[in-house]
Amino acid sequence: MTTDACKLTIAQAQHLLRSRELSATELTRACLDRISAVEPRLNAFITICHEQALAQARDAERRLAQGDAPALCGIPLAIKDIYATRGVRTTCASKILENFVPPYDATVIARLRAEGAVFLGKANLDEFAMGSSTENSAFGPTRNPCDLQRVAGGSSGGSAAAVAADECLGALGTDTGGSIREPAAFCGVVGIKPTYSRVSRFGIIAYASSLDQVGPFAKTVRDAAILLRSLAGADPADSTCSTRPVPDYERALNGEVKGLRIGVPKEYFVEGMQPEVEGAVRAALRHYESMGATTVEVSLPHTDYAIAAYYLIATAEASANLERYDGIRYGLRVEADNLTDLYRRSRGRGFGAEVKRRIMLGTFALSTGYYDAYYLKAQKVRTLIKRDFDQAFARCDLIVTPTAPTTAFRLGEKMSDPLQMYLSDIFTISVNLAGLPGMALPCGYDRQGMPIGLQLIGPAFGEETVLRAGDAYERSGAVTRRPTVV
Amino acid sequence: MSAHEEKYEAVIGLEVHAQLLTASKIFCGCSAQFGAPPNTHVCPVCSGMPGVLPVFNRKALELAIRLGLAAHCRIAPRSIFERKNYFYPDLPKGYQISQYQTPLCAGGYIELPGENGDAARVRLVRIHLEEDAGKNIHAPDCSLIDFNRSGVPLVEIVSEPDIRTPQQAGAYLRELRSMVRYLDVSDGNMEEGSFRCDANVSVRPRGAAALGVKTEVKNMNSFRHVEHAIAYEIERQIELLEAGERIMQETRLWDPDRGVTRSMRSKEYAHDYRYFPEPDLPPLIVTPDLVEQIRTEMPELPAARRARYTAELGLTPYEADVLTQERELSDYFEALLPGLDNRKTAANWVMTEVLRAVNESGRPLAEAVPAPAEVGALLKMVEDAAISLNAAKAAFAAMCKSGKGAQATVAELGLLQVSDEAAITAACEQVIAAEADKVAEYRAGRDKLFGFFVGQVMKAMGGKANPKIINEVLRRKLAAN
Ligand SMILES: [Zn+2]
Repeated sequence: MTTDACKLTIAQAQHLLRSRELSATELTRACLDRISAVEPRLNAFITICHEQALAQARDAERRLAQGDAPALCGIPLAIKDIYATRGVRTTCASKILENFVPPYDATVIARLRAEGAVFLGKANLDEFAMGSSTENSAFGPTRNPCDLQRVAGGSSGGSAAAVAADECLGALGTDTGGSIREPAAFCGVVGIKPTYSRVSRFGIIAYASSLDQVGPFAKTVRDAAILLRSLAGADPADSTCSTRPVPDYERALNGEVKGLRIGVPKEYFVEGMQPEVEGAVRAALRHYESMGATTVEVSLPHTDYAIAAYYLIATAEASANLERYDGIRYGLRVEADNLTDLYRRSRGRGFGAEVKRRIMLGTFALSTGYYDAYYLKAQKVRTLIKRDFDQAFARCDLIVTPTAPTTAFRLGEKMSDPLQMYLSDIFTISVNLAGLPGMALPCGYDRQGMPIGLQLIGPAFGEETVLRAGDAYERSGAVTRRPTVV
Repeated sequence: MSAHEEKYEAVIGLEVHAQLLTASKIFCGCSAQFGAPPNTHVCPVCSGMPGVLPVFNRKALELAIRLGLAAHCRIAPRSIFERKNYFYPDLPKGYQISQYQTPLCAGGYIELPGENGDAARVRLVRIHLEEDAGKNIHAPDCSLIDFNRSGVPLVEIVSEPDIRTPQQAGAYLRELRSMVRYLDVSDGNMEEGSFRCDANVSVRPRGAAALGVKTEVKNMNSFRHVEHAIAYEIERQIELLEAGERIMQETRLWDPDRGVTRSMRSKEYAHDYRYFPEPDLPPLIVTPDLVEQIRTEMPELPAARRARYTAELGLTPYEADVLTQERELSDYFEALLPGLDNRKTAANWVMTEVLRAVNESGRPLAEAVPAPAEVGALLKMVEDAAISLNAAKAAFAAMCKSGKGAQATVAELGLLQVSDEAAITAACEQVIAAEADKVAEYRAGRDKLFGFFVGQVMKAMGGKANPKIINEVLRRKLAAN
């Protein structure tokens, strides 16, 4: 029991912790043992917090013994290394922050800490969340637990892999253009990006502020609902964060999809996508119909422009967000005789190639003479994409698409071709531009045994619909989760 | 007017940064107070740590609207913050949160007090909100940065190029400073950097419509510096034009020690700031209700006070100008008025006695002079002829030092004036009896001797007799033969 405890779902662990059949320390130790066993092959973590995690587990044990422990008390989680964690180095997978230890917690970290959650460590990612494979990490790539020669997806690849490999019970990621959903699909786990503004961004190292959103990875939709409830809600430190009350997402999981109108956008079944992906998604749609849902074809006509708009808006915001890494106050400083050289050398040595590429692109998009043609035009496209979704949701309650056009690709396969890499996010990026909730969950496997991800997209603040539909599909037993190779 | 001035005219626009009087910074909870030890008013937000977010201080919005209304601006119902990007060690985020395309306040004007009461207007382009940067301190072998000022709220007030002379620039700044102080929007302290000014200066042949090439002059730390720097810059530009040379568009620094402006290398400051909307802050929405509420709470401004002082109190434009420049002085003056008939006396008293006491003591008004109620009581005694004007001055000087009240001081110094006509008549009769020769001379036509008799009576009464009554009695007695 104890050694397999890391394989539990959060819902199962909650029950066992409360019934005293399992202690928080046993659970945390099981995860730490699993981490020791698989990390040499996976590299899902940048920093492992062995001692702190056990101390948190002991605290959780005391609270559980007192009988009024909050939902996540004693639950061991992996945290994407983009969340500021007080006293624990927070690198964003960059050399420039290699030794940065924040004196503050991100709001969601403070919330989970207050609930008694256990932080096992800081999960690997693409540097500053820029990438779709976790290969752009200054700490080496994370490997896919289903096939070690393949990528885990990105940018939250470490979080996805850690959940898939049972190194933790759940994990936190961030999603700017698909960074939760694509790795969830690649690793065969559940990942939800909530509505923009649903979760506080305070203390999340910014990549593209108007697109970044916090969300959980989990082994089941129910676990994702449990995690999201603890993450979501107003934050006085984030003035873009919504003050809408947070529903009890777990209570929405009634297994019912009868009468649910599912929109199927014709633009999301494109030429060049892996046939098995399309096959699995079509099968899932038929499965929904068999459960009493109806499907309707909808159109999102501006989908073709989403990637271009995204790479202008996201990089423009990133070019400003990353200006603070200047070698002056914290982070890497490479000394020089004058200020300009100090900036050049510190940033030149501190940032990786993809980060530099995006800073250049964003700087260019905002420059005098180009602003109107690029940044402003991209914002107009964004408005049109939002309108597409508004019109589609007039005819349906939920939109279902593939999460990515292919299953996990091989390590190194797309590193030399950034544009090919960018296309991995073709089905997820529009959802960020429109600020909507989107969830990836497993809907099958390809011939190589690689997981295929279904994407459920809801209207703004439609998380309950998304989670209910995902849970109903999962509970119906349409897909059986296969063991990983590690 | 010099030959140059006849031939050319200057075109001047000013950009003023004023620090808003909020308790905390504009985007975090740190204190905005000046003068704390370096880097003690600093948190992850205002030092630009990774992942932190700004939260707007609504008090800054209120203060900026107050100034905007006072300057007759249009208040934007919706405006946004933008990021102004540039690298500098004192700018922790690498961008300054400012307003660009949509300033909070647009248009408007500042009315300058004219010398003959004919007011001149300087139109404004805009007033917008932004955050201040930190401060670089250069030591011999290193540079240090103090982030206490980083994130302190500022308004930038940009004028149209409506100013034509250095003196007018000075008058504009004095009026603007006076306004922000009246409004409690800013303390207007130039030395502490809470009121800073840059000037855009160009010259053109008189009568020409097109503008000349302008330079931006920075680093002026007092009104006098601003006037001197602008005067120098105008003269420099005219000399260049006269010599057939061209003026470079550039930023120049005022060097107060040498009294010249010097070019900053223009390449270093050829910025492309790449402004774009700040995604971390929602738009600033200003409802008509908020504007109306702020409008009803507006204090009276210097221009309105000047108008009231001349129209209602009968003061000259000069007196009204002197009395209204500082709100504290003006408030003090007005606190003297209740119960007094003669406003002119009160005005003169404030402009001479009060200002002298403040200047001599070097302390703020409230500490340098007695409470207005006490000084009002003193002036009332003068008005009632209970004491002489000179006695009042002596009492005032003593009160400034002792802090005692008017009644007590006048009694203590024995300054009460004798208005008893019988006593004065007796003294007059004594003097007339004792100075029979002089009386004869006077009666023979030497009118000048009248003053001598007044002096003698005053002397006999120990200097405390009411001079008006002495005059009356003496005239009667000397005439009666
Ligand atoms: Zn602060």
